[in-house]
Amino acid sequence: MLRNILSGKGHLLAYIGIASLLLPPFFAPRFYVYLMSLVLLYGLFATSLNVVLGYGGIYQFGHAIFFGAGAYGSALVITKAGLSPWLGFIAGPIVSALLSLIVGLICIRLSKLYFGMLQISLSFLLWVIICRWQDFTGGDNGIIGIPVPDIISSPNNAYYFTLLATAASLFVAHRIIRSPFGSLLQGTRDNPVRCEMIGVNVRAHQFAALIVSGFFAGVAGVLFVVVNNAVFPDMLFWTLGMEAMIMCLLGGMHTFMGPMLGAGLIVVLRTLITSYTVYWGLCLGIVLMAVIFFLPDGVLGHFNKPGGRRPDMVTG
Amino acid sequence: MLEVNTLRKSFSGFRAVNGAQLDVQKGEIVAVIGPNGAGKTTLFNLITGIIKPDSGQVFFKGEDITGFPPHVICRKRLTRSFQVVNIFQRLSAFENVQGSVLARERRTWNMFTPSRKLVVDETNRILESVGLAGKAQQVGGELSHGDRKVLEIAMALAGNPEFLILDEPTAGMSLEETQRCIELIKDLWKVFGLTILFCEHDMELVFSISNRIMVMVHGATVIQGTCDEVRRNREVQNAYLGGSDPCLM
Repeated sequence: MLRNILSGKGHLLAYIGIASLLLPPFFAPRFYVYLMSLVLLYGLFATSLNVVLGYGGIYQFGHAIFFGAGAYGSALVITKAGLSPWLGFIAGPIVSALLSLIVGLICIRLSKLYFGMLQISLSFLLWVIICRWQDFTGGDNGIIGIPVPDIISSPNNAYYFTLLATAASLFVAHRIIRSPFGSLLQGTRDNPVRCEMIGVNVRAHQFAALIVSGFFAGVAGVLFVVVNNAVFPDMLFWTLGMEAMIMCLLGGMHTFMGPMLGAGLIVVLRTLITSYTVYWGLCLGIVLMAVIFFLPDGVLGHFNKPGGRRPDMVTG
Repeated sequence: MLEVNTLRKSFSGFRAVNGAQLDVQKGEIVAVIGPNGAGKTTLFNLITGIIKPDSGQVFFKGEDITGFPPHVICRKRLTRSFQVVNIFQRLSAFENVQGSVLARERRTWNMFTPSRKLVVDETNRILESVGLAGKAQQVGGELSHGDRKVLEIAMALAGNPEFLILDEPTAGMSLEETQRCIELIKDLWKVFGLTILFCEHDMELVFSISNRIMVMVHGATVIQGTCDEVRRNREVQNAYLGGSDPCLM
């Protein structure tokens, strides 16, 4: 992907893009650097959802629990087990992937909306446990003041760490989407019966996609810990999963970078609008309606139709 | 090679398949005929594992495959095409076949090699053998109906089958497309040595290419025999052709 951008005529654009990602910490106020970190980590979170939602066609309504599991996993390893923060950062995504495995095993038998509904109920269950288990998870207050390694403790360095981790994750996720696994995953989305009949175990592929998606959501959760040094039970609440879904819709579900763009728009808009009015929900609602009516493929999806080569057709 | 033994399946009380019998020897072309709603497609769905039978057995190469999931049956080299065109509409013809080849080679778990570089030669060879080489880059949804039906057969072929099931391969095709499709089916049988089971409403086609014919009425097998035997069968004439209309035969 990167190579294409660098070699094409858009390479000037690419350099500007890279510079605008690398340079802000040198001159921008701390708050904007923090905001950029948030965009990156929520973008990664939305992208991880999009692996199963946009490419797998699976209604993952409880995606927030994997974000929360990554954050809580690393936070607990650091604060309760007293291990090195680096170990905590590695543990986070693994905890998320394991949770994905368990939730997947329970839900995968159901399809479409039933899958989503069962997942929402499971995510409630987990949220309540985290909220009530005062001694272990800090209950409603979450865990604050999580120690992170000195080298990434300053906001600028936290930002660079987030940038690096997000870029690496996106690169790997992009590889997976373009691999045979990714192609056939899109096949299972468009036409599961046909997939079975060419010899693809559809359930197993969806299951694997859930684990991959959970893993990257966990990475995003760990980045939240790096940026905020804290975790809260609301990170597991289903509305956050819905917010990620809105990011995917807004940016474009069938494009790879769409969710990242959607995250950027949502995070920036929210910051802007909440500084003027408390009615953020109202504005979000209006934006969402506008997208559904005027840009059904999302912002990036709208500008990314390569000459109509991929017509939007229902598979029969 | 394939043996179906008193297969039954009901859908909420309606007996779609009710005691179907079928046997297909290696190297044969066998047709299943019967009026609309006789259960032909359901029978094929039962054989290929898309739905599970209530009772009865399906044997393939001596092995009991009753109730196996479709992807397992497909890997035993029994593949099929569908009556209603069933392809990946958003993908190009090339990608449709490529996916099939990758699935057969069990490479769908490969997560790190870009798929556009894999199995290119074989995919092109298959497209060429069915006459779609020139349309490889067209999106499935944009192909003509006839080409889509042929693409379906190509996808089934990519599974490297020994046994091929074609559900109304010429349905909805123009006269010219039908001719091309018949030639293709003959080629598959002669050149590739496939065993073929198909169902079809076009009687001329059925009697011209099949070795044996199985007649199905109300989900049950009336007779399975050679073209002549079926032609002479009184029961078939009554049930299927609505009395005496020998001209159709």
